[in-house]
Formats: sequence, C-alpha cells, structure tokens
Amino acid sequence: MTDHSAANQKRPFWTIARKDAAAGYLFIAPQLLGIITFVLIPLGLVFYYSMHEWNVLANTFTFVGDANYQMLLRDPNLPPVLLASAIFSAGLVVLNLSLALLLAVLLDQKLKGIVVFRTLFFSPVVVSLVAWTIVWSFLLQANGGINGILAVFGIEGPNWLRTPTTAMISVVVVQVFKNVGLNMILFLAALQGVPKELYEAARVDGASPFKQFRRITLPMISPTILLTSIITIVGSLQVFAQIAILTKGGPGVSTTVLVYYLYQQAFQFNFFGYGSTLSILLFLIVAVLTFIQWQMRKRIVFYEN
Amino acid sequence: MTRLSMLKATAATAGILLPLAWGGVSWAQDAVNLRMTIWSANEAHLALFNEIAEGFKETHPNVSVTFEPLPFDNYTTTLTTQIAGGNAPDLAWIFETSAVDFVSSGALAPLTEAFGATEGYALDDVTESATALWTRDGQLYAYPFSTSPFAMFVNNDLITEAGAQTPAELIAAGEWTWDNALASAKAVADAGKDGIVIRDFNFQNWQNLTAFWRGWGADSWSADGKTCTFAEQPMIDALTAFHNAVFVDGSMPGPGENVDFFAGDAAMTVTQISRASLLPEDGFDWDLVPLPEGPAGSYSVVGQAGVGAFANRPNTDVAVEFLAYMTNPENSEKLASFFPPARAGLLNTETLSATNPLLSPEQIEDVVVNGIANGQVIAGRANFAQIQQTVRASLDALWVADADVASVLGNVCTSINPLLAR
Repeated sequence: MTDHSAANQKRPFWTIARKDAAAGYLFIAPQLLGIITFVLIPLGLVFYYSMHEWNVLANTFTFVGDANYQMLLRDPNLPPVLLASAIFSAGLVVLNLSLALLLAVLLDQKLKGIVVFRTLFFSPVVVSLVAWTIVWSFLLQANGGINGILAVFGIEGPNWLRTPTTAMISVVVVQVFKNVGLNMILFLAALQGVPKELYEAARVDGASPFKQFRRITLPMISPTILLTSIITIVGSLQVFAQIAILTKGGPGVSTTVLVYYLYQQAFQFNFFGYGSTLSILLFLIVAVLTFIQWQMRKRIVFYEN
Repeated sequence: MTRLSMLKATAATAGILLPLAWGGVSWAQDAVNLRMTIWSANEAHLALFNEIAEGFKETHPNVSVTFEPLPFDNYTTTLTTQIAGGNAPDLAWIFETSAVDFVSSGALAPLTEAFGATEGYALDDVTESATALWTRDGQLYAYPFSTSPFAMFVNNDLITEAGAQTPAELIAAGEWTWDNALASAKAVADAGKDGIVIRDFNFQNWQNLTAFWRGWGADSWSADGKTCTFAEQPMIDALTAFHNAVFVDGSMPGPGENVDFFAGDAAMTVTQISRASLLPEDGFDWDLVPLPEGPAGSYSVVGQAGVGAFANRPNTDVAVEFLAYMTNPENSEKLASFFPPARAGLLNTETLSATNPLLSPEQIEDVVVNGIANGQVIAGRANFAQIQQTVRASLDALWVADADVASVLGNVCTSINPLLAR
C-alpha cells in the first residue's frame, strides 16, 4: 500500500498526464506493433534485398549496390509491363467509377424493394475473390458459358482470354463487377447526404435534371469521388489473383501487370533481389499517384475551397 | 497470497517443469524427423511411401519421415519459397525442368559415395541415360525415381464408332504415323468428340509438345543449351503440322478448351504412362501404344522426376541414408508399380507385369521397356523457369488461326537468345 503522506511530499511518477499518455500508447500498441512487424520492417527489408543478388538455391546473398536498379532501366520487358498496368488501371478506374455512380444514382430512389437491388449489386463484394475469378474463367473459355449464350443469338464469340485485347477487357470487367458494389455504396451514402433543399432551389430557378446533377450533385459528392478514385487506383495496381487465374500474364505479355511481373521474377525465376527492386518501383508509383490525387483535391473537391 | 507464498509456488512449479523440459530437449535430440516434399497427393502413392518409411524405422527406430504434398502447379515455386524462408525440407522431389538449376546450385547433397557404400544398393544397375540429367562432374545429386515414357493412350470405342482405323490396326499394317493418327483423330472430332490431346500442354506448357515435335527431329535448343533451334526447319514443319491439326482440321482441341481423355472426351492423348492410374474402371475400351512415327522416323521421349536431399541441413546424413534405402533394388521394385524404374535389372516385362497389372505384356515391352531404353529426356536448362515464360509469351502469337508459323518461331529465338547466351 502507498503511503499518502509520502506521495504529498514527493511528486509521484504517474501523474495524470503521464497516465493518459501511457493509456494512449497502450491503446495504439497492438496496431503499432502490427504496422511495425508487417509493414515497416518488411519495407526496410525489401529495400535491403533490392541491393543484393539472392540465389536461394545456392544460398548466396551478395551485395550488388544499384545493379538491380540499373537492370530496371534496361529491362526490355518493363515498358510493356508498365503499359499493361496503366491500361488496366485506367480501364478499371473509368469503368468502375462511372458504373458505380450510375448504379448509385439509379438506386437512390424511394421505391419499394430497392433494398433488394442494392443488396444484389453489393453481393459480389463479399464473395471470395478466387472463387469469383475461377467461375469467370469457366465462363470466359472458348467453349464456355458466355460464348454459349452468344451462340444462341448466332454470334461467334472470341476466345476471350486468348486474344490480347479481349483478355485485357475480360480481366478489367471481371474486376469491375467484383468491386463496383463497394464504390456504389459509398456513392449512395454521399448522394443521400446532399441536402434536398438545394435541388428544390434549383428546380425553382428552372435548372434541368442534368444541370442539377452537374452543378449540385457532382460538387457535393466530390470528396467521395476523390476517395473512391484513390482506393480504386491503388487497388488496381495490386491486382494479382485475377491475372494468375485468368491469363497468367498472357497472351504474350499483354496482361502482365507490375505485381504479376514482380511475382514471376521473385518467386518463379528466383530473382528475389530484382523482384524486391520491382516492388520498390511499385511502392513509388503508388506513393506518387496518391500524392498527386491528394494535391488535386484543392482543385476538384468542392469543400476544399 | 503473500509475496513469499507466491515465490514458493513459482519455485516449486519451476522445479517440476524444468527437468521435464530438459528431458524433452534431450529426447528431441535423438529423434529425427525428416520431411520430404512431393507433388503427388495420391493416396496409394502416400501409402507406399509411408510403408517404405516404416521399413526404414526397423533399422533406424528414431527416424520418422513425413511426406508433404505440395500443389503440382506451383510446386517448384512453393519449394524455393520454403528454402528462401529458411524452412527447407530435408528431401524433395524435383521436376526434370528444374533439374539443372538444382543440381548445379550446390543445394543438394552428393549421393554417389553414400549410395556406393550402401550394402546391396547396386548403383551400377541404374542406367546412365537415366542419371545423366541429375549428375554433375561424375557426382549424382538426385535419384531419378521416375523415368516415365510418353506414350499414346487410345479410346478404341470412339475411333471405331467414327469408322476410323485404330492405332492397333495401323501398327499391324505398319502405318502408325502422325499423319494417320491425326486422320483418325479428325474422324472422331468430325463425329462430335475431340481428337488428340497433348496432356498438360494447355497452350502454356510448351515443353510437353516435345513428345510431338521430336517426331520431326525438332528441339527447342542445341544440346549445349546455347543456340535456339525453334526457328529451324524441323520445328517449323512440326509446328505447322500442329497448327493445321488445331486450326484447320480440328483434330486437336484449341486453346482454352478443357478436354479430358480419361473422362472419355477424346480419341487419344499423349501423356506419360504413369497416368494409367487415371483410366476409369469399366470405362471405355482403351489401348496404350508407342508414339507414332514422324517424318524423322520413330522416337521416344521420357519424362523424369528426381528426388534429392538438401545439403547443409542438420540431418543431411540421415536424409541421404533414407534416400539410399528408399531407392534400393527392393524398394525400387515397389515404387515401379507407380513410377517406371531407372534400374536395368527391373526393366523387363516380367518384373513390370507384376507391378503394373493394368498393362499387357506387349504394352510393357513396346511402350515401357523400349521407351525407357531408347527415350530422350525433355531438353532442360539452367534458369528454365524464365526461359519457359519467355518462350510461352512469344509462342502465344502462334495460337490463333491466321498465325505465320515461321515468323512467330523467329520471334521466339529473338526473345530467348539473350537468355541462352548467359
């Protein structure tokens, strides 16, 4: 038991401020520990590996300085890989955001049974990604379900996953259908947060529905557009399972996006050093894109003025 | 509880637990647990391996072996990731395509001396052509436990229904050639089923086409692995014939089509004879015949699988001892029921008939014994995974109806020449 009179004479170590601070640190400790173990340390290690040549089989680990980074500049496969990543991301963001917004506007109605439709469109989000993709791979086969339906209408469908253009379109569309529900819900929440008086005032002033959408809806939901576009772009750069299951990067290298190329180099070809270098490149691309989008918020997000 | 009583309790608990833990440690030092990664999850295979491991226990009671099946598709990737993570197994199956990488890396323990010192092992009995891929500088680094010839499985029901000639009839007439095989396949395909499937090729794993293009005398690169031979005339002819079969005649299924011979969907399939276990009981009337003759004459191709022990592991010596036991003449004969053996002493119709009741003596003689005796392995090479991917990416351009075979094959060489030159 502590002696109270003694405590009055000497200032105790555990002041209220210190107690608060300790409690605060304890509360964030699990999260902090997780970030240190699973994000910061691996990030540091990847940077360390990227300056080494690591032959797993021969068990050699030699320092090579910036050799892997020089290889990055000379790698003849890298330009097509970056192009494939850019096409995939651009296609995904444009298709995903516009479809999500369209669905959100359509579902933002007070109709009976609208909840059923909202649930339907959201349900792919909670389906396992791998299961979803495997089912699509059956549908997209040359003699698969989609071409079967097309054949009913007398159309001979392409071999979706085996021709460069349709392979990329297929991978994008499969991914859009998987995740469009999430953006749709975010847009829906944003739409419902727009004050109804604004539309009333606009109607009184004689604004057409299109003008209302452009002048009221879009500016009011612009923070959500920014948020969803950041999430979608960052997510699109991490696409892996769909590529591994549907196309394995083919035909040619037309769907070999950066993450898949990184996987090939590190885990299939055993170039762990170069693979680490590629992941540093991916990290930089994601960081720069996020920074640009964050800077753009002043220009495109209404509330930031 | 006072502080003193707590201290007493702690001391007492430690007094009980520590000797126990100590005993556990000393016990664990004696027991040896070996782990072998394999790519088969077949229960009959596992039962046989466990039986062999039990047999080893008779002389080594402290050694137990666990067999860890890894998924076939990502086998090598999973294995190397385990090694990279500091969790290498003690023993591992190795694909022939990664044989050069593993054998030359120094990752595997040398076997020749240990095998030679094992009583009754008879290393001389293992054929040299079978061990060539797994040997470096006269030292064996992995044992080829499976030397499985590629052969043609036939669905006689489908072929006779289509009114075409069966391979057995063609062989009897001395006309068993790729042209005639493809003609019979076309008849079946025209009747609504599929023709010939090159199993596991899937328009991705092109190395499986070796069993086709060797009939034209074609190969992927020169024997020393330094020169690309994809663009040479034999390969152009072979792949032109293949392209016609797929895109003109339809005698082979096209890219992206899943066709399973063993489910009765196709007239014939080219695969290794170890796939005989997939034949359905009371299914169709099947046959097993050697590969047809190509323009370059008759030929045979074998696919191999090796098993090695990793060097510099705590139990490497025991692992090598187990490997010597697992592949001794007695156990090789047991393994021969699933994996065609590389031991000359076992390569006779009598032994193989006993272990392969599915096959007739003629099939064993024509396909297995002759196939192993004369078969050439698939061209391997260091850094195969990267070359495989690069060729795959370039060859993709070939799998469309209007492809220009010669120019695609020229591109294949352009893209892999820098890799072969290394």
